[in-house]
Amino acid sequence: MKLSTQDIISFKKLSNEDIEKIFSEAEKFENIAKGKENSDMLKGKILGTLFFEPSTRTKLSFKSAIKRLGGSTIGFSRPEVSSIAKGETLTDTIKTVENYCDAIVLRHPQMGSAKLASEAATVPIINAGDGAGHHPTQTLLDLFSIRKNLNTLENLNIGLVGDLKYGRTVHSLAYAASRFQNKLFLISPESLRMPKEIISDLKEKNTDIRETSNIEEVLPELDVLYVTRIQKERFSDPSEYNKVKDSYVINKKILEEADDKLRIFHPLPRVDEIDPEVDQTKYAKYFDQVFSGVVVRMGLLSLLMG
Amino acid sequence: MEESREKLRVRKIEAGTVIDHIPPGRALTVLEILRITPGTDDTVSVLMNVPSHNREEKDIVKIEDRELKEEEVNQIGLVAPTATINVIENYEVVEKKEVEIPEIIEGVVECSNPGCITNTSEPADLKFEVVSKKPIKLRCSYCERITEESELYKQFSGR
Repeated sequence: MKLSTQDIISFKKLSNEDIEKIFSEAEKFENIAKGKENSDMLKGKILGTLFFEPSTRTKLSFKSAIKRLGGSTIGFSRPEVSSIAKGETLTDTIKTVENYCDAIVLRHPQMGSAKLASEAATVPIINAGDGAGHHPTQTLLDLFSIRKNLNTLENLNIGLVGDLKYGRTVHSLAYAASRFQNKLFLISPESLRMPKEIISDLKEKNTDIRETSNIEEVLPELDVLYVTRIQKERFSDPSEYNKVKDSYVINKKILEEADDKLRIFHPLPRVDEIDPEVDQTKYAKYFDQVFSGVVVRMGLLSLLMG
Repeated sequence: MEESREKLRVRKIEAGTVIDHIPPGRALTVLEILRITPGTDDTVSVLMNVPSHNREEKDIVKIEDRELKEEEVNQIGLVAPTATINVIENYEVVEKKEVEIPEIIEGVVECSNPGCITNTSEPADLKFEVVSKKPIKLRCSYCERITEESELYKQFSGR
């Protein structure tokens, strides 16, 4: 089973068939990801992890994914310890590192860096974040986790709440969700609304969209609530920040109005937008989503390197 | 009447290229694109803000003894999409070309997004998909951000 592309640069370059292949492959690895079974499927394979920017979850989950499948990793987490500090281009770094490994995971601050790397490399390149550009494995794991917990990816009422203006994750997820006939509820303060060009793209794809500032008004209708953090630094006026931040805190009280089948997701790290008291409720799926991150990446690595 | 006034301004050229119907004020940008700078050996006439048949103003550039390359014509199209290129021999127009904006622009334009990898020292082949021809909008093949016509104008003027 092969994907239509050797490089994973952006979610939108993946076909629905590719997504289905990755998800079916990932589902096979749940027990291995939990450590209940062992695998040497990628024994002898080496994954290069080149992180020019800090990352915790993405880097650790890729490392966990390849190690659970019997492979290993090489790489760096800080560019100052690499040849980049000596002035080497990304292109040269890629052309060098590809001689040491079978695939490369790249996080880099510049938009388009993963595409450039894929042109330089003969081994598969997986984009783990290119500045304000794409982070396709995050979108894959979000969808996988929604599908796993709601048993479908179609015809859901999906609420995206928080910073919808700057959040790369919610932009990608909105596009991805629109492929599967879901209705989107965009919940944010006026100043952090989803960019107009994205709304118009989504409407062109006939996506049903409702924008609101009031989470309580739409909460009873939602199947999925995807929460993101509102960053203080996005506000020039601190009092404006204080005014909005509390209106989107998810706690047990607000969830009294929720439908029983509602499930809550979050790309993490969270600060205070979800009260820890929610963690123990049936609604909370954000730590299960972290686990999905490992199995989805196992599925992807298996298809690209197996 | 207008025709004769124009003749008075600049005489016909014997051979070369006349770039007509340039949007007013953009003739100097067209010269930048053609790398016609101080010290040039080309004989060049530049007319700016002259009345056109439809009474709107236009710029005209006449370059003697030079025929434009296809790449140069395409670049002019990016800042002067209304321009026409007349090839002149023996004082007569022997060929009249409309500028044509291709579907893909390669190697000419720089991405307007400062966060794009192409704006670093990386050896990237600049490539843009033309998503709109009027007004011109180009999508960078690397960062996928849109570069607008006004940004192109600034880019070419700043060279």
